[in-house]
Amino acid sequence: MSASIALIPGNRQAYEAPSTREPIWVKGGLIAIALTFFAIFLLLPLATVFSEALRKGWGAYAAALIEDDAWSAIRLTVLAAAVAVPLNLVFGVAASWAIAKFEFAGKRVLITLIDLPFSVSPVISGLIYVLMFGAQGWFGPWLHAHDIKIVFALPGIVLATVFVTFPFVARELIPLMEAQGSEEEEAAVVLGASAWQMFRYTTLPSIKWGLLYGVILCNARAMGEFGAVSVVSGHIRGQTNTMPLHVEILYNEYNYAAAFAVASLLALLAIVTLGLKTLVERQTRRQTHEKSTLTGE
Amino acid sequence: MAPLKRYSPLPGFSLAMGYTLVYLTLVVLIPLTAVGAKTMTLGWEAFWAAVGNPRVVASYQLSFGASLAAAAINVVFGMVFAWVLVRYRFPGKGLVDALVDLPFALPTAVAGIALATIYAENGPVGGVLRSFDIQIAYTPNGVLLALVFIGLPFVVRTVQPVLADLEKEVEEAAAALGASRGQTFIRVILPHIAPALLTGFAMAFARAVGEYGSVIFIAGNVPMVSEIAPLMIITKLEQYDYAGATAVASVMLIISFLLLLLINALQGRMQQRQTSEA
Amino acid sequence: MSIAIRNISKQFGAFKALDDVSIDIPSGELVALLGPSGCGKTTLLRIVAGLEYADRGQILLAGDDASDRHARDRQVGFVFQHYALFRHMSVFDNVAFGLRVKPRRHRPAESEIQRRVKHLLELVQLDWLANRYPTQLSGGQRQRIALARALAVEPKVLLLDEPFGALDAKVRKELRRWLRRLHDEIHVTSVFVTHDQEEALEVCDRVVLINKGKIEQIGTPESVYDHPATPFVANFLGSVNLFHGRVEEGQLHLGDHALALDKTAADADGKAVAFVRPHEFDLLPGAQAGGLPAKIVRIVAVGASARIELSEIDRSDGEVIEVTVARDLFRLLALAAGDVVSLRPRQIRVFQTPALAA
Repeated sequence: MSASIALIPGNRQAYEAPSTREPIWVKGGLIAIALTFFAIFLLLPLATVFSEALRKGWGAYAAALIEDDAWSAIRLTVLAAAVAVPLNLVFGVAASWAIAKFEFAGKRVLITLIDLPFSVSPVISGLIYVLMFGAQGWFGPWLHAHDIKIVFALPGIVLATVFVTFPFVARELIPLMEAQGSEEEEAAVVLGASAWQMFRYTTLPSIKWGLLYGVILCNARAMGEFGAVSVVSGHIRGQTNTMPLHVEILYNEYNYAAAFAVASLLALLAIVTLGLKTLVERQTRRQTHEKSTLTGE
Repeated sequence: MAPLKRYSPLPGFSLAMGYTLVYLTLVVLIPLTAVGAKTMTLGWEAFWAAVGNPRVVASYQLSFGASLAAAAINVVFGMVFAWVLVRYRFPGKGLVDALVDLPFALPTAVAGIALATIYAENGPVGGVLRSFDIQIAYTPNGVLLALVFIGLPFVVRTVQPVLADLEKEVEEAAAALGASRGQTFIRVILPHIAPALLTGFAMAFARAVGEYGSVIFIAGNVPMVSEIAPLMIITKLEQYDYAGATAVASVMLIISFLLLLLINALQGRMQQRQTSEA
Repeated sequence: MSIAIRNISKQFGAFKALDDVSIDIPSGELVALLGPSGCGKTTLLRIVAGLEYADRGQILLAGDDASDRHARDRQVGFVFQHYALFRHMSVFDNVAFGLRVKPRRHRPAESEIQRRVKHLLELVQLDWLANRYPTQLSGGQRQRIALARALAVEPKVLLLDEPFGALDAKVRKELRRWLRRLHDEIHVTSVFVTHDQEEALEVCDRVVLINKGKIEQIGTPESVYDHPATPFVANFLGSVNLFHGRVEEGQLHLGDHALALDKTAADADGKAVAFVRPHEFDLLPGAQAGGLPAKIVRIVAVGASARIELSEIDRSDGEVIEVTVARDLFRLLALAAGDVVSLRPRQIRVFQTPALAA
């Protein structure tokens, strides 16, 4: 049967040569393993968040979200992300421009240093700011004398968030910009474009999807960070609690429905993030395909 | 001598590079040296007292042991996922592909309470397992489970593109030369994806060692049994024992850096191989 | 605008890309930089454009030293090998780009931009594609758009990097003719880089042959083809048969055979390499004095000329000598595989090689 299918042009994709095909039981078995693992490890936790959140009905769900402490946690989370994401966005664009478009000594070292925050435990990411700005820290006495609070206050939360989300945008942009090459920018320069015109009209349009993706990931991590923020926050309800910290407090108070209600907002954020990611990936795949057809590579 | 930077007609290098270095130094480098500086002030005795404490040693053992086991499990299942996603078509594939990254995107605290609820004795899975006398939540098993969850995407996402890159012709050539499917997998496919598997393993391991949020809810945090190393740092901080916290952290940091260097070297090798092939 | 390239050297790490290169290009000329890949020709073009800086030497544009002038201010048009069209802009916007990014006081009015772009698109015969995007064009069309974009800013110099490299043979030939006609029409000083000798010889006024970062020869297509200055040039331009022998008393000795040489061909005795083009042989039947005896191995008689592959009788290393003769003559000679003939070159280019001991 399959041999006759192979003869029909255009149907080749569906046809797999028997020589490079696994027996059906192997294929079925592997898919079954993957789907089972997927269901237990990925789908079930996600479903649990929403079912637990709604266990006491929509009324309790809404009440948990509009309650004062929850509301202030949401505001604080949004605020921290609103500071951290733009900062790391600007950094990411600057770093990837320097790294992807120029050749210089020590490039690999620089890339490794940019990756550092990824490999530092979130708890240590918080600790370093306590060591710098805490009561016993480097600047502790000076800060105390001038009545400036960084640790266990908003600035500490923002700093820790900036640290843990530091590499996201740069990480997305560097490989993308390296793959794009510099020919279009060079063409713009030869045609007389200024630095800004070159960036605005050639670079930005080619990296916009990657940039968006980096920002999405950066934002997801900024809003969801737990360990680092937990160390520097001080856990003052209604003041220095972010959403993940609020989830923790409610959970430890055995107020499961409320904990999962707030958690469901974060889970929604994760779902939106993954949706956008899939969309962006499709766009960049199209762009790189266009690029390869353009250069004939 | 080679110049530090090759000439380019493109503008903005000094500005971009200057900003990058200043920001990197302020946000990352200076704060990280604080850990080193603080550790230096401790002196060996205080350092050993903190790090050699049996409770801390037990936490290191659990953190590194469970992380190794989790990364190993992830290599197996991650490869199955990557294989299935690259090679087969099946209903729901798009959803699976998108949700593989869920552990990246889902805030760790949310994952933590969800896993704790599912595997608790009265939870949907924990209840079933209890009848077989298997306990997951509030034991080292729970730590392992959470670390498997958190590490899965690393292996899948490093292996997937490499596997997709492998030309069908290579496998056909192996088949034409008389290799069975199993031989082809072991002698042709596996060597091709081995560096990616190793990279994924190292990344999953590095992440697992430092992981906090998704673990503490399900771990139960029983001293000497199910306490992880990051929790020891928090515990010491809560007791205002900054020196002890820093000592515990410095050991973890050093191991993280070594892992980072290893991952970078592995990735460099992978890139080299790909470009030399192309 | 004239271009003067003075003593340019450029090194990448340990690799010498260009070694003391000097070329003078008068205004309005169309010049080809020809050489194998990696010979430094693209680097030289990029140095002229200001996309790369030389380690030593000067670039003079219209007699002024432009070595330190930024690419933006050199008023050159550059056509990139892969065109470097702006993917997200329409064809029209691509061509208009150079005009739209001019400082406000030099920028033409939008209506003037519209008019000029339209005119340029007509010039490259693609005005009907104005609203398409680069991905929707064929390779040849992209090439012409890239050219129109470079011309839009009215450059004083046009630089083209392997302009036809990525195109298939037929389109390539068409575009070649078209570029020549275009140049005759607008007369802008043009330099193009190519590794294809046919392309260089057919299109340009003068050819600059480059090898390993050094200039081998500069001249008109005819002169470099007929009078190659170095073995490299003789070998690189067109197909050629190569012989190793000795020059003695005005004759070229190949083994036991002696071939007569022009008086001008060699001025001293010694070891030499000799080049003879396939169409520069006379074929004489049988073994005759003053010729090189050879046996016909294979004959391909397709097209205007017949190609005959022979092997030297006295050599058994399988080295093939290629000879082409006009079809009419071929018919008269009535040759067949296995025949023995004598080859008598009408023209031999001899290069003495004291260094070539082996």
